Amino acid sequence: MKKLINGVDAVVTDALRGIAAAHPSLRVDVENKVVFRAQAPRPGKVGLVSGGGSGHEPLHAGFVGYGMLDAACPGEVFTSPVPDQLIEATKGADGGAGVLHIVKNYTGDVLNFEMAAELSGDEGVEVASVLVNDDVAVQDSLYTAGRRGTGATLFVEKIAGALAETGAPLAEVARVAKEVNDRSRSFGVALTPSTVPAAGKPTFELGDTEIELGIGIHGEPGRTRAPHREAREIARIAMDAINDDLPLSGETLVLVNGMGGTPLLELYIVFAEVAAYLAEKGATPVRSLVGNYVTSLDMQGFSVTTCSLTDELTRLWDAPVETPALRWGR
Amino acid sequence: MNTQFFAAWIQEIASAVRAQRDHLTQLDAAIGDADHGANLDRGFAAAGEALAGASPQTPGALLVLVGSTLIRKVGGASGPLYGTAFREMGKLLGDTAEVSPGRLADALNAALSGVQRLGAAAEGDKTMVDALAPAVRALARAVQEGLKTEEALDAAAAAAEEGAKATIPLQARKGRASYLGPRSVGHEDPGAASTALILGALRAAGSR
Repeated sequence: MKKLINGVDAVVTDALRGIAAAHPSLRVDVENKVVFRAQAPRPGKVGLVSGGGSGHEPLHAGFVGYGMLDAACPGEVFTSPVPDQLIEATKGADGGAGVLHIVKNYTGDVLNFEMAAELSGDEGVEVASVLVNDDVAVQDSLYTAGRRGTGATLFVEKIAGALAETGAPLAEVARVAKEVNDRSRSFGVALTPSTVPAAGKPTFELGDTEIELGIGIHGEPGRTRAPHREAREIARIAMDAINDDLPLSGETLVLVNGMGGTPLLELYIVFAEVAAYLAEKGATPVRSLVGNYVTSLDMQGFSVTTCSLTDELTRLWDAPVETPALRWGR
Repeated sequence: MNTQFFAAWIQEIASAVRAQRDHLTQLDAAIGDADHGANLDRGFAAAGEALAGASPQTPGALLVLVGSTLIRKVGGASGPLYGTAFREMGKLLGDTAEVSPGRLADALNAALSGVQRLGAAAEGDKTMVDALAPAVRALARAVQEGLKTEEALDAAAAAAEEGAKATIPLQARKGRASYLGPRSVGHEDPGAASTALILGALRAAGSR
């Protein structure tokens, strides 16, 4: 498998050097692997910190900036960051009003963020956490690690980030973050597996006529394998899974997200089907986003995320944002 | 077993993990996310460097340093879990200069408790606990039966290996493999496999 890399052990730091060179609005601590806003922390503002394995770009570093995150910690590829990184980010993002950790629900992310929150607390930083677990493909039961955090992470970071920018207190920012997660659902489909640089070959095998349904964002296989078919039918499978879990209605925020290897042309084909499905259910995609935002390296496929909006959430979604990957209104 | 013994253990782990790096990663690719070998290799290499730099004077201090280094360097779930395991062992041993097999059994039991407290996994969930718990029991039994240190370590290593192999038919209920549901059946759990390597390294350190 061909990769544009200098060596498998330098993938993350080499990319961080690129992010630093490309975006002067960011301050990149390459050694500790933390990406800050150039002006962080802002006194009196709640700091937003997220992080997770690398390979999901632009998540999370691409969402550092005005109206979104104050700091992001990239781990190794598909590996959660370590507590040292998270503590560095938390201290650097704290403007005296406390810090919100936005954590995707994976065992490793949860454990490392918990340790970092505890140790940051010891150093006098008030930390609250919100767990993102929007993926309906995983049964949420005692018999799994619980639902994964996927596309809704972007919604949580954007909307909580907008509220934090207004000077709202930590408890309020945490409340809105949790509300966004509670109102969001996702489902993902892969046409091809992804290839982790250190592994050098695809994480799983998928025949030319097969797709994986219910995938996460770490190249892991999904719940089931099914024959490949028209985009219309695949979109329906994803939307049925979401609608069965939380019936769609009213004003809805919709993300049709590429997994990294799928052309925008195809993502718009999927979006058309998603919009038609929503209309059938009496829901309206009043706000939407189509593109590669929460990716899984070079995987072909997509995920769809919906969030049932309220007036407050719509207003915060529309608020100005200025990050490398998301930018409007400013 | 003195500080030198435990330093040898960590060296044996580092070389076993390095040798089995691709194997662990392939096990993880089947039911996880294909990073277990690379992560442990990075972690135990860092632990070796930390020991060379600090030269801890007691087994307890050595194990705490190894655990802290794993937490700082590995990431994922395995960093905090293995890190906690070594730290708990070290904390239980305290200032003890010479560790008896009985005391080692207590320390491994503390490691198991730490891992279960953090990860909330029970035996049969298809995790590292499935290799660690039988090893702890085997070591305690060997001590009760008055076996020699070498034989006791051998029993612990064999029980861990058996426990790891016994994860193959299980359906995962914790960790990333649990997302696969019934499709996790038929694969050895990578965390149980690496735990078996670590206990195997204990046997290797004992026969040095």
